[in-house]
Amino acid sequence: MKDIFWLIPFVPALSTLILVLFGRKLPKKVVSWQACLSVFISFIIALISFFSLLKTPPESYPIVKNLFTWISAGSFSANLSFQFDPLSAVMALVVTGVGFLIHVYSVGYMAHDKSYTRYFTYLNLFTFAMLILVLASNMILMFVGWEGVGLCSYLLIGFWFEKHSAANAGKKAFIVNRIGDAGFILGILFIFLAVGSSEFTAVNQAVLGGLIARGGATLIAILLFIGATGKSAQLPLYIWLPDAMEGPTPVSALIHAATMVTAGVYMVARMNLLFTFSGTAGNIVALVGALTAIFAATMALTQNDIKRVLAYSTISQLGYMFIGCGVGAYAAGIFHLYTHAFFKSLLFLAAGSVMHALSGELDMRKMGGLRKYLPWTYPTFLIGAIAIAGVPFLSGFFSKDAILTQAYAQGQYFVWALGLMGAILTAFYMFRLIFLTFHGKERLEPEAKKHLHESPKVMTIPLAILAFFSIVAGYIGLPVVLGKKVNIFQNFLEPVIPPASEGHLSMGMEWTLILISVVVALLGIYIAYVFYLKRPGIPHSIVRRIPGVYKLLYNKYYVDEAYNAVIVNPLIKGSEIIYENFDLAVIDGALNGSASATGFFGRALSALQTGYVKDYVLVFLLGAVIIVGILLF
Amino acid sequence: MIPASYFFFLSIILFVLGIIAFFIKRDLITQFMAVEIMLNAANLAFIALAKSHHFVDAQVIVFFIITVAAAEAAIGLAIILLIFRQKKSIKTEEISSMKG
Amino acid sequence: MSFPILSFVTFLPLLGAILLMFIPKDKKGALYTISLAVAFITFAVSLLLYFNFDAKTADPQFVEKGAWLGYGINYHLGIDGISLFLVLLTTFLMPIALLSSWSYIQERIKEYLIFMLVLETGIIGVFLALNLFLFYVFWEAMLIPMYFLIGVWGGKRRIYATFKFVLFTMLGSLLMLVAIFVLYSTYFKATGTYSLDLFDYYQMGLNPGLQIWLFLAFSLAFAIKVPMFPFHTWLPDAHVEAPTAGSVILAAVLLKMGAYGFLRFAIPLFPDAVTKFLPVLVILSLIGIIYGGLMALIQKDIKSLVAYSSVSHMGLVMLAVFSLNLEATEGAIYQMLNHGLSTGMLFLIVGILYERAHTRLIKDFGGVSKQMPVFSAFFLIAMLSSVGLPGLNGFIGEILCFFGIFSSSRLFAILAISTVILAAAYLLWMFQRVMQGPITNEKILSYRDINKREIGYLVPIVVMMFWMGIYPQTFLRKMDASVTQYINRIKSKEKVFVLQPKSPADKPVKAKETKPR
Repeated sequence: MKDIFWLIPFVPALSTLILVLFGRKLPKKVVSWQACLSVFISFIIALISFFSLLKTPPESYPIVKNLFTWISAGSFSANLSFQFDPLSAVMALVVTGVGFLIHVYSVGYMAHDKSYTRYFTYLNLFTFAMLILVLASNMILMFVGWEGVGLCSYLLIGFWFEKHSAANAGKKAFIVNRIGDAGFILGILFIFLAVGSSEFTAVNQAVLGGLIARGGATLIAILLFIGATGKSAQLPLYIWLPDAMEGPTPVSALIHAATMVTAGVYMVARMNLLFTFSGTAGNIVALVGALTAIFAATMALTQNDIKRVLAYSTISQLGYMFIGCGVGAYAAGIFHLYTHAFFKSLLFLAAGSVMHALSGELDMRKMGGLRKYLPWTYPTFLIGAIAIAGVPFLSGFFSKDAILTQAYAQGQYFVWALGLMGAILTAFYMFRLIFLTFHGKERLEPEAKKHLHESPKVMTIPLAILAFFSIVAGYIGLPVVLGKKVNIFQNFLEPVIPPASEGHLSMGMEWTLILISVVVALLGIYIAYVFYLKRPGIPHSIVRRIPGVYKLLYNKYYVDEAYNAVIVNPLIKGSEIIYENFDLAVIDGALNGSASATGFFGRALSALQTGYVKDYVLVFLLGAVIIVGILLF
Repeated sequence: MIPASYFFFLSIILFVLGIIAFFIKRDLITQFMAVEIMLNAANLAFIALAKSHHFVDAQVIVFFIITVAAAEAAIGLAIILLIFRQKKSIKTEEISSMKG
Repeated sequence: MSFPILSFVTFLPLLGAILLMFIPKDKKGALYTISLAVAFITFAVSLLLYFNFDAKTADPQFVEKGAWLGYGINYHLGIDGISLFLVLLTTFLMPIALLSSWSYIQERIKEYLIFMLVLETGIIGVFLALNLFLFYVFWEAMLIPMYFLIGVWGGKRRIYATFKFVLFTMLGSLLMLVAIFVLYSTYFKATGTYSLDLFDYYQMGLNPGLQIWLFLAFSLAFAIKVPMFPFHTWLPDAHVEAPTAGSVILAAVLLKMGAYGFLRFAIPLFPDAVTKFLPVLVILSLIGIIYGGLMALIQKDIKSLVAYSSVSHMGLVMLAVFSLNLEATEGAIYQMLNHGLSTGMLFLIVGILYERAHTRLIKDFGGVSKQMPVFSAFFLIAMLSSVGLPGLNGFIGEILCFFGIFSSSRLFAILAISTVILAAAYLLWMFQRVMQGPITNEKILSYRDINKREIGYLVPIVVMMFWMGIYPQTFLRKMDASVTQYINRIKSKEKVFVLQPKSPADKPVKAKETKPR
């Protein structure tokens, strides 16, 4: 049973294949059962593998299963091989577990869509690609999954491709990701050339054995991180994620919250030896993460679209994960990834449930007071919000606190301060969302109100399960201050991720930091309460007082516009100018010019051809005379 | 015995007459006859050469030229006939469709 | 002597063409049946080549050699790991191209089919000929049917396009002919025997000064065919005007003849000159990659967009070829096959659209996916293969090319990798404008989804794309020996192409400096 883990990705793959080939003929019910079941079977296999991993001694990690030589040419070779170790196990469980719940939820959410089969085909394909990503034992195969999830993201964002905005968002996501991927490929190539292999074990050994110089390691790590900024929506490549909300909501939950966007974090954690060895790269990761965390959080403050708030919140939370990785607390980063998967997908699914109830309405200004109509959605949404805000005893609190404590312990005070500011903003915008949506007075459109209904069981049960995990998931990673043994999560990951060099924090300091986190979270919630429930006039007066700042935030710092003005438009305009002035004018001009020059000479010479026989004979005669003359004299 | 140079002079006179005729006449038939005169002038020169210098090759060439001239006459006349059918004229000034 | 399988593969299409001449021209069914049967048999026989090919032998196999005109002009065919798959690609695509013509070509069907089959003979001959004279004959012979295919069955500006195509190609190939003569006389002066045999020339050490001129003459011919920047402008015109099947063969196979020419003739024959011109060639390839990509971005006609994408893709192939190492060369050959499949399929797809819409301008489309869902799936796969998505064929070629280029020069690899972004940008943007969005043009509502025949000829390509992406060893294994020999042949004569200092990443450092954690 030790190496059945390689089957995990192939169950959804098989299901995808069946759906592609026969999906159009299968009835809806079969499609939904098959799609969900395949992910569930994967989940079971992942569980079995997980338990057998626990029984395996850590010295024999990772368990590698080599299927066949995939590419081999000269010194380049890559195997189709998978590996299983604690890190892969955590990821595989999250992907299949959360993925399964979202599949089930989708059965209800997508019930009336005419492209039902296509949806589940893509979703299964995504699960397959994501599992390849997390189980691959070398970087080339990991890149396969990496691109595969990117493709599925493209397909699913553009799922309703009849809408311009959806098609645009899908394309944007893919191209922006490709920019990151270019860096990622270069990183892989550098590694391959330095190490002679892209197997993770070989790379790690090379790093430990000093085969890679520090400068080289930094370069490689930064290139890889460029890939991560694309996939995990960090500065400066985050711009695709908010637009990605054009896709169906379960997709946003699965791909753009719980799994795919965390691939960058997973990759950085997977290459943790390299990043730690480089040092500089780690600092850059932490800084980018912190800046993204706060940058995205500020943008979330002013959005009115419920899904966009969640999207910016995801970017911001991903920033936290990178802070964790950057300061060397990879376990904390992965821990946040794991808790975030629960509460963020819960939030998205609950938001989807709200949309479902309101016939697709996304604008929070047209909601309010929904609490009493949505008896399942409201409490689950609230649990998610509390968890993400960092209120004690829920999962988000433990993971976020672990990251911030580590940042402080490693002496990264600037990063820590940014993280803390982000935390207060997080609590604020999440509760702004809650209050505007579920509390206060109703601002519903009459038409929407007529159809107002709670979602079916198939949607609310996954919500309840996710809510349950959002509460309890944190208890496997309690703060170290409660004792060394209590952080089961970190201990479990230790064979893959050596713990960060112990920050020298006194007990008192740790408790202080925890206290600060708690205060910050509660403060954020309180401000939101004052602003949006107690005295709803305040936001307006603030906007009136600082209209410039509000406008800047509301328009997301004009980053999209800036990219368009600085990169996209000049590229297209420039290409047009080159096309007309070089391709058409110079090259074709030269060719056409040589053709017309030939024509000109031809016409000039053709004047000699009079058409009169006598003229020809005269020339002939003269020629003969000249030749004879030459011969004679 | 008439000396060979007499024949050569006669041949030259005939040839020059042919050239002059070709240039001053305007209809194809006459010009064609001028060409035939030039050919026969050449023939005459060859025969004279064969006689005086005992070149058998020259006689062979004469037969060759006569054959070619016969073929040429047949084809040339046919072409002229066709041109006349098309243009209703055999004046060389009017035939210039090959002008470039 | 055993069965002359190479001659059979080469000349069977020609025999088929001759057979077609005796069929009355109004019997469309019979004409197609015969030409398809011929193309299929050719393909089947060429598969035998694959199965009987000995992967361990580097030298040409199935060699056929016989006296022809004397004075070194011999009939000499052979196949090795470099040409094997190019021949297979040709024979594989030909039946598909013929099938795609069924509804596209409406007039002069008989002549059309004859030209297609003659073209096949010419192309296969180019890949198999090992005698320079024979090679030149096939090289030129293939131009004639292509000239007629574009000139007779092409679009509105077909005359301009054919002239441009022929002028460009002739310019190069005439200089190549002169160079062949010079080689011929040099060889005669050196040895006293006449030979046009490629392998005799491989043995010959040429004076570097002479090499330069010969290399220029050869590489001009090949560079135009590839086409490398700045000789590429015939390509968009030829593609836009050519009928679908013509575009498919042009893009998929004819362009490969240029790159093949470099691998087979220009580089191994003139290694000193290659060293000298390498910077220029490399930079031209790089410009081709980026320039082609940028131009593709702004094209208004789908076909010329795909044509410019070919310029970009072939730029990558050429850059890999000029990296002169094993990985890059195998990558280049692999990428040629990929490009053949993906671009060929993209042209088929544009052809399918054109048959329905009678336009190829991007702005006339929008939301076609909704009307033609099955078609859109095929379109998507072709596009993704062209973009180089892992799991499909394009990725394997690209990663090998990048790796090879990277081993030779860091900087060039970094620049070349921009193709990853550009390819996604121009193809996805085009896909979005054509296939997605709301249906803007009501004519689109009358489009039928693709029929069984169309699915029938697209599916084999898709299968090959997945196969080449998932199990590339089928193909790479057969190339190894020949490519290794090719690399050794160059390296033994000259040390080439170390343009960049090594980066710190692969310099081993002293053990004491490294303190892991």
